[in-house]
Amino acid sequence: MNSPLKRVALACMLMFGLLMLNVNYLQAVRAEDLRSDSRNVRNFYDRYEVQRGRITAGNKVLAESVETGDNTFKYSRRYPEGKVYAPITGFFAPESERDIERAKNDLLDGSSADLLIRRSIDLFSGTQTKGANVDLTINPKAQEAAYKALSESGKKGALVAIEPKTGAILAMVSVPTYDPNPLSKADKAGVNKAYEKLAEDEDQPLLNRAIERTYPPGSTFKVVTMAAYLESDDTLGPQSQIDAPTRLDLPNTTADLPNHGNSACGNGRVTLSYALEKSCNTPFGKIGMDLGYDAMKEQAAKFGIGGEQLEIPMPVSASSIGEEEDQAALAQASIGQRNNQMTPLQMAMVAAGVANNGVVMKPYLVNKVADAEGGEVETADPEELSTAMSEETAAKLKEMMVNVVNLGTASAAQIPGVAVAGKTGTAETSGNRAPHAWFVSFAPAEDPKVAVALIVESGSAGDDASGGQTAAPIARSVMEAVLGR
Amino acid sequence: MSTPSVEPVPLPAKRRLAQLAMLAFAVVITLGAYANVGLAIDGQIPSGMLTYGLSLGGFMLAAYLVLAKFAPWADPLILPLVTLINGLGLVMIYRLEEVKAFGASANQQLLYTAIGVVLFAVTLVVLRDHRALQRLTYTAGAIGLVLLISPLLPFIGEDINGARIWIKVPGGQLQPAEFAKLALLVFFAGYLVAKRDVLALAGRRLLFIDLPRARDLGPILITWGLSLGVLILQKDLGSSLLIFGTFIAMLYIATQRTSWVLIGILLFVGGAVLAGLIFDHVQARWEVYLNPEDPELFVKTGGSEQLMQGLFAMSEGGVLGTGFGQGHPERIPLAISDFIFPAIGEELGLTGLMALLMVYALLVERGLRTSIAARDPFTKLLAGGLSFLLAWQIFIIVGGVTNLIPLTGLVTPFMSQGGSALLSNWILIALLVRMSDAARRPAPQAIQDEGMTQVFQR
Repeated sequence: MNSPLKRVALACMLMFGLLMLNVNYLQAVRAEDLRSDSRNVRNFYDRYEVQRGRITAGNKVLAESVETGDNTFKYSRRYPEGKVYAPITGFFAPESERDIERAKNDLLDGSSADLLIRRSIDLFSGTQTKGANVDLTINPKAQEAAYKALSESGKKGALVAIEPKTGAILAMVSVPTYDPNPLSKADKAGVNKAYEKLAEDEDQPLLNRAIERTYPPGSTFKVVTMAAYLESDDTLGPQSQIDAPTRLDLPNTTADLPNHGNSACGNGRVTLSYALEKSCNTPFGKIGMDLGYDAMKEQAAKFGIGGEQLEIPMPVSASSIGEEEDQAALAQASIGQRNNQMTPLQMAMVAAGVANNGVVMKPYLVNKVADAEGGEVETADPEELSTAMSEETAAKLKEMMVNVVNLGTASAAQIPGVAVAGKTGTAETSGNRAPHAWFVSFAPAEDPKVAVALIVESGSAGDDASGGQTAAPIARSVMEAVLGR
Repeated sequence: MSTPSVEPVPLPAKRRLAQLAMLAFAVVITLGAYANVGLAIDGQIPSGMLTYGLSLGGFMLAAYLVLAKFAPWADPLILPLVTLINGLGLVMIYRLEEVKAFGASANQQLLYTAIGVVLFAVTLVVLRDHRALQRLTYTAGAIGLVLLISPLLPFIGEDINGARIWIKVPGGQLQPAEFAKLALLVFFAGYLVAKRDVLALAGRRLLFIDLPRARDLGPILITWGLSLGVLILQKDLGSSLLIFGTFIAMLYIATQRTSWVLIGILLFVGGAVLAGLIFDHVQARWEVYLNPEDPELFVKTGGSEQLMQGLFAMSEGGVLGTGFGQGHPERIPLAISDFIFPAIGEELGLTGLMALLMVYALLVERGLRTSIAARDPFTKLLAGGLSFLLAWQIFIIVGGVTNLIPLTGLVTPFMSQGGSALLSNWILIALLVRMSDAARRPAPQAIQDEGMTQVFQR
């Protein structure tokens, strides 16, 4: 009976061989496909398996992963002051993530190639790999002051504060906002429901108005027009005279360009500084038409408008001065009332460019990334984006903007003992809707530490909203927070 | 078939010390795995570690002592291999119990292991000569049949999860088919030894195959009918396939006739097609096998979800596995019984599964070696049959859960939670040990040189 027994033994060997081959096929060859199958909930568990890195701003923790004590979902994400920082941190949902959570996802969850050495050390020392910590440039005091000031009165709007010398973003607020905590629960259905609700909200709480939405810049754009004018002729200065009629005839149209509220501007011939202080429309319309579309576009581009898409690291919507039309349109565009579309961040860059002697720095949010043991992974390296104007022009413009605060429309932004430079904007919106109220500013003028741009949306601050009354006080509180006053 | 040997037969070594060392090794691996689970889940060594360690170590030491006393020549590898598999199964069940997987109870399984070891010892002590079983051929057959039918009887039979394979006993249920297969194997061995000469007679020759005589088809047809009966009445695909396949293998070992294997395969295919036509659940299994990823089958009740969850688990394990306590095997329905193999695959990875399959293969190999070394046909057939039964069962269930063959429910020997299977498998191992003891025991030596005395070996 031995020969059939040997054949049976062979058959048994064959069966084990087949099983082994199949197991190899499944776990080595097909594993990748099966792992990424959407019905495989393990992907979902894996998201909560690693201790994700913290997001901090200085010593303040904006987002952290804490142990749940539950074995299925080991860690859960918390945002101690979720609403204040939501447009920056974003959230960490079961199937997606947003903003910094998304932009720095591979570092936060520890899977980035930059963390390879750390992971190898962890593998050998047997410690569980943790994600890297991301430290932001945000100044919590400024952020909280801005959030408080903007949200308290139920306004809709956005604010961006930049450090002019580096481009570091000190505050970025968008209201109304949302709480990222319920969106970061390990519960697909619950999160989807909460997300749907936010997405359908007509106040658009999920929208980061500071970088994802553009608005007509209104009179704040006059800073750009003025920069272009000063650059066009070295002899011009704050005290140079310019025509300032009550109405400016727009060529090839029956319409005229009036000043705000149809008022006169001085006695019809004023200094450049006065025109900016009182935000007269007619002189700027005239300047734009005289310089021409190309010169205006070039100056805008030097501030970064219409250039390469910015990533801070979240992508920023493109700002633009609009397509070339006729002279009448150009006159309107020169006062920020035609097809110009600006993100609040872009307007903050304009203010920062003037503040930083004409040099526009690339804005950024991430100060430093360090692995769980504190080893540095990457550190911010401030970068010049462009030179918007000469140092001389910047000095002249700065002087005029200080006058706007001290003598003109932005007296609400004054800080005792500090020279504040600013420009208000009250952007008409289509139809008869209330205007958007803008304000761009920086301080202290002689050695700027902070540049701020903010918008309070149409309708959310009453019909008579204006940059001077509505927006300037909010900017002041943020500047005070940064300057420690 | 006798081989005259002029030289004295060299004494096979007992290798008792090696066996003890390997047994200790198997227990140490198991305890290491226990500690691993605790450390991964709670960050500390499980509190029951000492109890488990002492109990498992104690049981195995007892088994070893009984074996050393009552079957000293037994194969030294069999007990350590079984200990390792049983231990890993216990750890996996403990691990699943830690995360409250449905039905997992490591204490219960430890208790069954203890009873299994007791039955192992009792079998070795009582059954001093396994050839006594040959005299019980027909009794064994009758017992096997009664056990197989018992779940169908009113009052004692019980229907769980759609399969009627349980009987009620005080304190729980019992799966009599697990014991029936042992009794039936004893019957097959005894019967085939008696009838093998007749069954081996050649009938007509068709092409290059010698067909058996038509009148000798009786036994195979009866077994076929029996298997179909199990399939139809108890809806137990696995056991049906297991019994029929093992019978064919034993028939082949007994007669050396390939034609029996071909007839068996034909009958099996016929039965499978017939079952597929009659039963939705057989048809459903086939569809799932062909296309487990089909989204429709996935969501269907009794569809492919369970299979896919097992495959997901294995893919998660990859080559090295997540490590004990660090995967999510509780996601697999029935991870404690039929699907314990993918659960191991998730946490120990391809490496662990290859090692596990190798351990099973070694166990089967030791059994077949016993069969080849055995001196009488009954032992050869019984040892060969029991070894093939193990291999076949592993192939059916592991192949099923890894989508190599259609899935039919069977337990993974020594791993899956469940008393009946564990107890009957420990008895199976006791029988193998008993037979290996007989096979390896040196043939009687001449007390003094008697010249040309020859020792015959069959």
